[in-house]
Amino acid sequence: MDILNRSIDIALALTALGLVAGCIRMFKGPTVADRIVALDLVTILLVAITSLLALQLDNSAYLDLGLALALVGFLATVAFARYLETNDQLPLDDVSNDVATDDDDDAPAGEQSL
Amino acid sequence: MNDIIVSVLIVLGGGFAAIAGIGLVRLPDVLIRMHASTKAGTLGVGLIVLGVSVHFASSLVITKALLIIAFLLLTAPVGAHLIGRAAYRRGIPLWDRTFMDDAAMKSKKATDTSES
Repeated sequence: MDILNRSIDIALALTALGLVAGCIRMFKGPTVADRIVALDLVTILLVAITSLLALQLDNSAYLDLGLALALVGFLATVAFARYLETNDQLPLDDVSNDVATDDDDDAPAGEQSL
Repeated sequence: MNDIIVSVLIVLGGGFAAIAGIGLVRLPDVLIRMHASTKAGTLGVGLIVLGVSVHFASSLVITKALLIIAFLLLTAPVGAHLIGRAAYRRGIPLWDRTFMDDAAMKSKKATDTSES
């Protein structure tokens, strides 16, 4: 029982390190896509924290919280990715929207520094 | 014996979670950072949830844990693909040492064949 408590502490510390690193990337990410990737990782790591809490507090009801968090996190990722993708295409080209994107679209897109 | 298995799984999962975070900070590019975040993060969470299901060892908890793992394995590649496609189409700047861009060549070839 002692080794289990010790390893729960170690795993919580390691996961918290990953969480802090994800938050650093979310604060100083150069582009929006960096922040979306960091948000995805933070949500996934919160599922891990929740599972470890279920282990530490000896209460399996925390796994439900992790399941709901995984669902909501995936929806948030999909919504942010769709927003990022469609936000550029709306003012740029309504004409050649269904054709595959050519290189002329990538040239003026370097001006964005969000 | 059970505790030892749970401890090994949990510490391995925590290590992968820490590696995912460190990779997210240290790697140079969005498309390269997604390697660290999606793959290592999913593996770490999967190992931790597997350890929790080994610890409780009831059918309800095992069902929940397998549900979480299956859902993560199902949605993490989809989310990573969506983010990567959106970032590439938006023209996110790549790493300055990137020397191959297959998607640009492919789209150029596609437009060439469509014009002819």
